[in-house]
Amino acid sequence: MLTRAYQHSLNGSHLPDGEPLLEVDHVSLRFGGVKALTDISFTVTQGHVHAIIGPNGAGKSSMLNCISGIYHPQEGSIRLQTAAADGTRTVSTLTKLPPHRIARLRVARSFQNIELFSHLTVLENLMLGRHIHMKHNVAASMLWFGPARRQEIAHRHLVEEVIDLLQLQAFRNKPVGSLAYGIQKRVELGRALCIQPALLLLDEPMAGMNAEEKEDMARYILDVHELAGVTVVLIEHDMNVVMDISDRVSVLDFGRLIADGTPDEVKADPAVVEAYLGSDTEDAAVKEALATLQEDA
Amino acid sequence: MSNVTATGIYHRTYASELRLRSTRAEYVRLGLMVVLLLVLPFVLDNYWLSIVNTILIAVIGAVGLNILVGYTGQISLGQGGFMAVGAYSSAILAERMGMPVPVAIVLAVLLTAAIGTFFGLPGLRLKGLYLAIATLASQQIIEFVIRRWGWLTEDRGYITLDRLSIFGWTLPRESFEQSWYWILMLLALLAVLAARNLFRTGLGRSFMAVRDQDIAAEAIGVNLTTAKLTAFAVSSGFVGLAGALTAHYTETVTWEAFTLNVSITYLAMIIVGGLGSIAGAVYGAIFMSLLPVLIRTVADVVGPAAPWLSNQLPAIQNAVFGLVIILFLIIEPRGLNRLWERMKEYVRYWPFRY
Repeated sequence: MLTRAYQHSLNGSHLPDGEPLLEVDHVSLRFGGVKALTDISFTVTQGHVHAIIGPNGAGKSSMLNCISGIYHPQEGSIRLQTAAADGTRTVSTLTKLPPHRIARLRVARSFQNIELFSHLTVLENLMLGRHIHMKHNVAASMLWFGPARRQEIAHRHLVEEVIDLLQLQAFRNKPVGSLAYGIQKRVELGRALCIQPALLLLDEPMAGMNAEEKEDMARYILDVHELAGVTVVLIEHDMNVVMDISDRVSVLDFGRLIADGTPDEVKADPAVVEAYLGSDTEDAAVKEALATLQEDA
Repeated sequence: MSNVTATGIYHRTYASELRLRSTRAEYVRLGLMVVLLLVLPFVLDNYWLSIVNTILIAVIGAVGLNILVGYTGQISLGQGGFMAVGAYSSAILAERMGMPVPVAIVLAVLLTAAIGTFFGLPGLRLKGLYLAIATLASQQIIEFVIRRWGWLTEDRGYITLDRLSIFGWTLPRESFEQSWYWILMLLALLAVLAARNLFRTGLGRSFMAVRDQDIAAEAIGVNLTTAKLTAFAVSSGFVGLAGALTAHYTETVTWEAFTLNVSITYLAMIIVGGLGSIAGAVYGAIFMSLLPVLIRTVADVVGPAAPWLSNQLPAIQNAVFGLVIILFLIIEPRGLNRLWERMKEYVRYWPFRY
């Protein structure tokens, strides 16, 4: 949606809502003998907030790293469907591409442990989000006057819209290393948005935040999703947030996909309940162990 | 790039915010600098002018090294070798092939950039200390080649050059240092300006992104291979220019002028001046070039009273060099540039602390 205040669309995908945007197809990832992911398949639909949840070590971040090209799975493929402005479709296989090529396909991401350019200002970090949209020429850069300066000013307009959307005005010229944790998380979201992503991957955007900061962050993500129409893949541990804002949830446990559906379906799935709360049999064993301990004492 | 903006400055356009200077004080300071640079050759004698000229060459080299080490985070010990490439190629092209000196220098710069890019290839796989060792190898290889490859010097071990002449105009002997001052000052100014511009555009920012977080840089679409190799090329280009100018200014080229010591001295310049800042590279080049001169001057003054001092001069120089670097690392790791910024901030906030 374009308003007077926001003249650029932050959504980089021209697919109509409801079409499959990203297909994860039987992906397996191993590190030596450790199976991080086993035979994972799911589809991310254009226009959805798609959450990936699971206990610690379930393989959520590995899944995201596979999509953004930091890991290359041994088996299976990950395909991204893109549409040009005139409607022609292209399907690109992400599995073999290096991360910077995947970024050029407008797949943007944030990291679990903030990975900002800490010596640079918020503005410079966000301008770096425009990297794939800019031309880089040594001679023109050194000359400054001419194309380089024009380009800097042109891209500044979109960056300022992102600053407005995420309310980062007060921090524009501060080095990000000096900012509070919650703000840094927001800057990281902003940097990803500056790519004008077709697909936005967020790795625990609310980790380590208090309830109020979480609400703010959830609101920003919803703004990005609802105002700009960006498709979001989200990893999050807070179940309230996940169930509130996502359209679809995939649940991983020990590198396997144990459930995939709407939040309500997933909530009712016995396999999910077992993964999160432990099974009755385990429970019984724990009680037994406790009982013996008490007897010993 | 101070993070504090003075109050009362409101930019109305992005263009005005992107300017390098926005307050009147900054323009006044620029004016004073210009006046100083214009007056310098008329007030200094030839001895001091020759020192200023070597400083100007060092400025170009230090700015080049800072692009690679300070801004892109690729530690390089190959500075001396790359300067040698610039010096030898420019000298051979001008003297033996008979090319006009400006053409020879431009070609030398391009050749050094190419060779720098080649020796930057290990940087694609190595980081930090490991890369330092790889560039040390490049220094040793180049040093070996210029010492042993007889063709370079026609088996004499050195190359002598004629007094600089540019398209038929030969530098007059009586105003040798002055004429060189104008040439070097102009080139150093252009080099500083070009580097400053580089880092307010996307290309320079991508270098800094590689330095700060290479995985995140890749995830936003920076091609690490291209970024690192471009940084090596640009940096070596500057360094090659410094080398070529050394050759034409000193009118001799020998391998002794481009040893590992040179690499270390240049690293010291950018550490003392401030890593990742163009102004820092300039301050560092000035400081590290003046330091031995000052020590010598002091020794000359105290010399008659304490003859043991002048006997031990080289040892004292080394010790002071080391001491200065250690002191900077402890007191202000971000170098002279940060020191200067802190002084400016102190004055700006006075009488308040912050």
